[in-house]
Amino acid sequence: MSTEARKPPAQIALKIRRVLGGKTGWNGIVVQFVFAAILGWIGYEIVSNARANLENQHIAAGFGFLRNNAGFDVNQTLISYTGSDTFLRVFVVGLLNTLVVSVVGIVFATVLGFVVALCRLSPNWLLSRIGEIYVEIIRNLPLLFQILFWYLAVLAALPNPRQSISLLGIAFISNRGLVIPQPIGQAGLDPFLLVLGFGIVAVLALRIYARRALFQRGQMIRIWPYVLGLLFGLPLATMLLVGLPFTFELPQLKGFNFAGGSRIIPEFVALTLALSTYTAAFIAEIVRAGILSVHKGQMEAGASLGLSRGTTLRLIVVPQAMRVIVPPLTNQYLNLTKNSSLAVAIGYPDLVSVWAGTSLSQTGQAIEIIAMTMGVYLLISLLTSAIMSVYGWRVSRSLGA
Amino acid sequence: MKRVTLALTLALAAGLTAQAADAQTLKTVKDRGVLSCGVSQGLPGFSSPDDKGNWTGIDVDVCRAIAAAIFNDPTKVKFVPTSAKDRFTALQSGEIDVLSRNTTWTISRDTSLGANFTGVTYYDGQGFMVKKSLKVNSALELNSASVCVQTGTTTEQNLADYFKANNMKYEVIAFGTNDETVKAYEAGRCDVFTTDQSGLYANRLKLANPNDHMVLPEIISKEPLGPMVRHGDDQWFDIVKWTLFALVTTEELGITSKNVDEKAKMENPELKRVLGSDGNFGEQLGLTKDWVIRIVKATGNYGEVFDRNVGAGSPLGIARGLNNLWNKGGLQYAPPIR
Repeated sequence: MSTEARKPPAQIALKIRRVLGGKTGWNGIVVQFVFAAILGWIGYEIVSNARANLENQHIAAGFGFLRNNAGFDVNQTLISYTGSDTFLRVFVVGLLNTLVVSVVGIVFATVLGFVVALCRLSPNWLLSRIGEIYVEIIRNLPLLFQILFWYLAVLAALPNPRQSISLLGIAFISNRGLVIPQPIGQAGLDPFLLVLGFGIVAVLALRIYARRALFQRGQMIRIWPYVLGLLFGLPLATMLLVGLPFTFELPQLKGFNFAGGSRIIPEFVALTLALSTYTAAFIAEIVRAGILSVHKGQMEAGASLGLSRGTTLRLIVVPQAMRVIVPPLTNQYLNLTKNSSLAVAIGYPDLVSVWAGTSLSQTGQAIEIIAMTMGVYLLISLLTSAIMSVYGWRVSRSLGA
Repeated sequence: MKRVTLALTLALAAGLTAQAADAQTLKTVKDRGVLSCGVSQGLPGFSSPDDKGNWTGIDVDVCRAIAAAIFNDPTKVKFVPTSAKDRFTALQSGEIDVLSRNTTWTISRDTSLGANFTGVTYYDGQGFMVKKSLKVNSALELNSASVCVQTGTTTEQNLADYFKANNMKYEVIAFGTNDETVKAYEAGRCDVFTTDQSGLYANRLKLANPNDHMVLPEIISKEPLGPMVRHGDDQWFDIVKWTLFALVTTEELGITSKNVDEKAKMENPELKRVLGSDGNFGEQLGLTKDWVIRIVKATGNYGEVFDRNVGAGSPLGIARGLNNLWNKGGLQYAPPIR
């Protein structure tokens, strides 16, 4: 009689059991499946019931309206759009307007937030008081109120187009917005862009090389003269060789408004200003908390190595603080994006205004449109979270945590 | 704004999934003891609250007339302010029983919203208001102008049509509420404010210096304004429709809030039919025989309602024009009560 080694348990089945059932084993899995089935059934009932009732009440349903003509105009469009385009295009126009105000707002909010946080932490009494006052005032006032304040303040401070403020005769500020010359591509555009692109790639490669040299061989390489040459010298040389990449179309006052040139509308300025200053107050507190979470011994160690305060912050403290900062920072980015939906109060044509507002009331298809709007905000938020998670993971990894 | 829409949409989705359309609006209103009436967020002459919170206006009086016909008490109305873009959702979801909110009757609204227009309370048309200092005398001189408009209105689409048809460029800035639109116009964000012409006159009163602004002569659209009810309840549709007709009929017959009791005693066959001493039209509607008397006592006839709210007896001072009776050169016409 030979003794056989006991067969090892089937790993896959075990894994499934553990993942789905937790401690309760196969029973747990059955319960989970039943629960999922009930949820699915309820969802199906809701959808089919709503559809039947919409039909009974003769309320239009479905997504066929996306192909219909919208028939109204939008003030700021990043892609070409006229009133005879479809509702689907309105959706894209609104989405892009939301995205552009969110991205610009996030960039400004982050920069301003870091600056304010460093002010608050500064040993300089005046700077730290200014930072404190900024945070306490801005974060304690309702955002909608701030948006309206900036909008009306911006409008009230600016003259009408006929008396607009001229900046060197090429750009004009009035209560219709900032009009700047519009670049128009010329023959030299393609080589110019090609060279510029090459310059950027080369600079990035140079930076990676310099860092590696520093970390692996302890060798400091001065790269900024090369950077200047690649980013400015090379494109300039190309310009001299093949001609101007673009010329500018100057704005001119015609009738009520400026014709020609590109325009930044005051609604965009007011909304970006309000969103970024508001969110910056919260970001400042998050950054301050993050920096304070780094033991003060790190600061002292930096000082004892002869590093300046700024260098110590940049090289030693901030990288460690980022671990604490990133997760709540993500929340603030999400808040800023969602808060951009307050735009409708000042007539900025964001997704909520042109899609969940105008289009909803023109078509009356509330369920479809609100579902699409919610879906888009969810998607934007999940994408932002994902990007920030990857960044947070990289920060942790680089610290060996 | 967004939250209101969202809440209403959820209510709509919930209401639709819970049960089929409730076809018993009259019974629901009676059980509740109060009529739920969707109005604007404040448009003088049509529906706006005064400093004590009492609602006044033509659209408000329509709801008071319906409440009077049902309860014999014009105060049994709950006014629900709705924005231009939330109004239809509020009606669809059952939040309100009738939408009486300067709403333009169009085919798409009549056929795709699950709601019906019951008649026309005010024949309006879209116009433009500008500052006098711009020295503009016609809408055709508005090329390249910036235009402030309230979002979710037929106005927005008419505007696009008009400028396109006349080959003019413009910039549109759309706001969520009427007040925000007017504020931006006053702050100089735009050269032109556009809405229904009655609304222009009403909003001009809200401006700091009404005399610095003028309404341009062009009327660029037809805007028949009227109340809406949900599809699928014909009895309720009839009640709202015939309340409007009762207002017009009484003006035609010279019945006013002051002389209605005397008129009810007169031996005129038409007066007897209308005022309920002959026939039982009120009961056929699901109301009482004296329904017209109740309405007229509460709000007066259409002429009185018009004069008090937007006409000669109001700060707006709008002429009757198209809203005069059919036999006085206007369009207001009611089918006979017989």
